[in-house]
Amino acid sequence: MEEDLFKALADPTRRVILDELTERNGQSLFEICARLATRHGLAISRQAVSQHLAVLEAAGLVTPRREGRYKFHDLDPRPLQHIVTRWLTPAPPEDTP
Amino acid sequence: MRINLASVFVDDQEKALRFYTDVLGFVLKHDVPIGEDRWITVVSPEAPDGTELVLEPSGHPAVPPYKEALVADGIPATSFAVDDVHAEHTRLTALGVRFTQPPVEMGPVTTAVLDDTCGNLIQIAQYT
Repeated sequence: MEEDLFKALADPTRRVILDELTERNGQSLFEICARLATRHGLAISRQAVSQHLAVLEAAGLVTPRREGRYKFHDLDPRPLQHIVTRWLTPAPPEDTP
Repeated sequence: MRINLASVFVDDQEKALRFYTDVLGFVLKHDVPIGEDRWITVVSPEAPDGTELVLEPSGHPAVPPYKEALVADGIPATSFAVDDVHAEHTRLTALGVRFTQPPVEMGPVTTAVLDDTCGNLIQIAQYT
């Protein structure tokens, strides 16, 4: 799982997808593709974006959600908590004179 | 050469006619019975002699899987131009229209995507 997480974050396109989902959660595949193309100049095929989403899903960073006939993608930042805390040592208590 | 007709495959022609006229605001141009179905076209009130939109029945077996696959991925096969996407989003939401994508600036265009209640996603676009 941890290897999946770092692999997912290593790719710049996947980081852009996470940025866009941070701006608005719950996007369709079409919306993600449109944002990549029009806002970032990334002309990526729908299949390729699907594969990027699959990698993000394997890492637990994106959760697909079926709602009736629609399918949306939600950001789940919880796996990042581990990265944030991994190399951070607790701050030493301040000396009280 | 000019675009004469464009089609949307609708699950229910009568329901579609109501949605495309009463809700979206298009105007009925032709309504001709043909067998069990009808030849229905609507036009924009801003261009009554312009391109007609055909509300095409979805009876062919290839159509439902095509529509379901597009909707699942959020793909609007049809796009209408509007002067103000945000205002239309507000107006249509108040009428109970479901949007799968609220207005988002996409480079030179602001778009939103709505459900036409007849099995299609429709994009509305405002060029800035």
